[in-house]
Amino acid sequence: ASGGYPKRVKVVEVGPRDGLQNEKNVVPTPVKINLINMLSETGLPVIEATSFVSPKWVPQMADHTEVMQGINKLPGISYPVLTPNLKGFQAAVAAGAKEVSIFGAASEMFTKKNINCSIEESLERFDEVMRAAREANIPVRGYVSCVLGCPYEGKISAAKVAEVSKKMYSMGCYEISLGDTIGVGTPGSMKEMLTVVMKEVPVGALAVHCHDTYGQALANILLALQMGVSVVDASVAGLGGCPYAQGASGNVATEDLVYMLNGLGIHTGVDLQKLMDTGTFICNALNRRTNSKVSQASCRL
Amino acid sequence: QEPQASGLPEYIKIVEVGPRDGLQNEKVIVPTDIKIELINQLSKTGLPAIEVTSFVSSKWVPQMADHKEVMKGIERHPGVQYPVLTPNLQGFHSAIAAGATEVSVFGAASESFSKMNINCSIEESIEKFGEVTKSARNMNIPVRGYVSCALGCPYEGNVVPDKVAEVSKRLYSMGCYEISLGDTIGVGTPGSMKKMLEAVMKEIPLSALAVHCHDTYGQALANILTAIQMGVAVVDSSVAGLGGCPYAKGATGNVATEDVIYMLNGLGINTGVNLYAVMEAGNFICTALNKKTNSKVAQASFSTGTIN
Repeated sequence: ASGGYPKRVKVVEVGPRDGLQNEKNVVPTPVKINLINMLSETGLPVIEATSFVSPKWVPQMADHTEVMQGINKLPGISYPVLTPNLKGFQAAVAAGAKEVSIFGAASEMFTKKNINCSIEESLERFDEVMRAAREANIPVRGYVSCVLGCPYEGKISAAKVAEVSKKMYSMGCYEISLGDTIGVGTPGSMKEMLTVVMKEVPVGALAVHCHDTYGQALANILLALQMGVSVVDASVAGLGGCPYAQGASGNVATEDLVYMLNGLGIHTGVDLQKLMDTGTFICNALNRRTNSKVSQASCRL
Repeated sequence: QEPQASGLPEYIKIVEVGPRDGLQNEKVIVPTDIKIELINQLSKTGLPAIEVTSFVSSKWVPQMADHKEVMKGIERHPGVQYPVLTPNLQGFHSAIAAGATEVSVFGAASESFSKMNINCSIEESIEKFGEVTKSARNMNIPVRGYVSCALGCPYEGNVVPDKVAEVSKRLYSMGCYEISLGDTIGVGTPGSMKKMLEAVMKEIPLSALAVHCHDTYGQALANILTAIQMGVAVVDSSVAGLGGCPYAKGATGNVATEDVIYMLNGLGINTGVNLYAVMEAGNFICTALNKKTNSKVAQASFSTGTIN
C-alpha cells in the first residue's frame, strides 16, 4: 500500500451552510439552530454555521444573524461563517463570529459567473477582509473552488490551483480548503493537483472539500490522506446537491467519511451514532432521504 | 498520469456481474429477452467478462430460472468470457450442456453464512465444489472461485483475515484460476481491506486475486483503490449498480461499473471498456426495471448532458 495515514483527522462540518444553502427546501431558523446544536454534541471540532451574504443573493442564509446569536457555542468547537466582503465580515463579528471563511476559485470563468469579477479582483476584495480580520485577531479560512475541474472551463491546471492557494495563504489564511466543486476529480487528478499545491502551501495548512457527484469523493479523500492531508470537509447526511447537475448529489456525507476513518483507525473525536441521529433529524425536517449510505444501511426496516 | 509510476496496475480486468449478481438481487424479475438484450449490449462495451446466469434450482433462485434460455440465447463475442454460477455437479453438467465455457463456485469465509446460505458447513461446500472442479478440469473448463464475507458477515460480524486466506487457498488449490474476494455486506473499509489482502496474498499469487466490493456503506471505490494500490488487477462490478443488499433492506449492494470505470480512467488505467456504452446498457436495464440507476456517474452525466 502507498504511504501511511495521519493519526488524526480534523473533520470540518459544512452541512448547516454549504449543505443547507444547496438544498431545495429552506428550513426555519429554529431548525437550523437545533441542527447546529446537535452537531455540537457529536464531537465535531468545526461546524460552518452560516453565511453573512446579502439575502438577495442567498435567501437560505438570510437569518445569519439570528442563527449566529441563537446557537450554543461549545468550548473547543469553532463556528466559522462565510464573509464574502468587508460588510459581511463586520456583520459577522457584530453577531459574535470568531472565525470567518473567504471563497476564491481556480477558474476565471467560474469567478466571473459566480461573483461577477476576475480572480485578481476577488482577491483584492478579500484583502480588505484579511486586514480587518488580522486587526480583530480573527482567523480566516480560505476556500479554492474548481480545483479538479470547472463547470464552464472544464479542465483546470494544477498550477493555477497552486497559484491561487499560495496567494490566499500568503494573504493570511491559516488553512486552504481545496474544493472539487463539481465532483469530477478522481484519485488521479487529486494526486496531480496536490503534488503541485504542496510545493507552495505546507500540507498542514491544506484541507480537501470533495463532492460526491461522480461517486469519487471517498476515494479522492483517501488519496489526499495518503499524501498527508489531515483536514477533510463533509456535510451531515450529504446535504447539498450539485447546482450544476440537477438531481445529482454534491457534498460527501460526514457519516460515510467518519465510517471510513474509523475503519482506518484514524482518530476524529466524532461519535458516529450521534452524527447519524443528527442526519435523521435534518432529513426529516427537510422531508428528504439521506444521501449517506452508512445511514441508509443502518436502517433496518 | 502514468499508472506504473504510482505503483498501480497498467491494465485492470473488469468482471461484469450485473446480469447475474445484479438481477438476482433486484426486486423486479425481468423477462428472458430483456436479460439477453442486456448481455448483448454489455458484450459491445469492451467488457472482457460478463457473468451471465446461475445454474441453480429455480426453487431457490426463481430470478435465474431461465438460465438455459439465456445461455443459449446470448450472442457470444470473441474475446469475451461468459462465466455462470454452478453450485454443484448437477448445475455444472446442465451449464455445459447449455454451452457454458467457464463456471464459478461460491465459498464463504464464515461458517454461519455458509450454513444459512447453502445449508452446509464450509468444509462440506468445498467438497461439493471439489466435484465441480474435478469435472471442469477433465473438460478444460476454467473455474472461478468466490469467497463471500471476506470483510464481515451479517451473522458473525467480524471475519478473521486468516480464515479468508484459508478458504481462498482451498479453492485455489482445487484448481480455481481466480479467487474473487467479496465484501458481501459492504462493511469493509480501506483498513480492513488492506489487512485481509495482506493475509490472502501470503497464500495466493496477486495475479489470481479479484475484489468484489459492495457499496452498502459507500466504501466500495475507496476499498477498490486500496486493493489496486496493493496490485490487485481484477475488479467485479455491476452495471448501474444493480443488485441491492439482501441483508439491509433498501440499502445498495454492488458497486456500479460506470463509477469504477470513471475512477480507473482518471487514474490512467486501461480497462478496454467504453464508459458511454456501459451507461447506455445501464440506462436500458434501469428503464426495463423501472428504477433509478445506482451509478453516480450515470446520474450526473444524465443531469448535465455531458460526459466528463
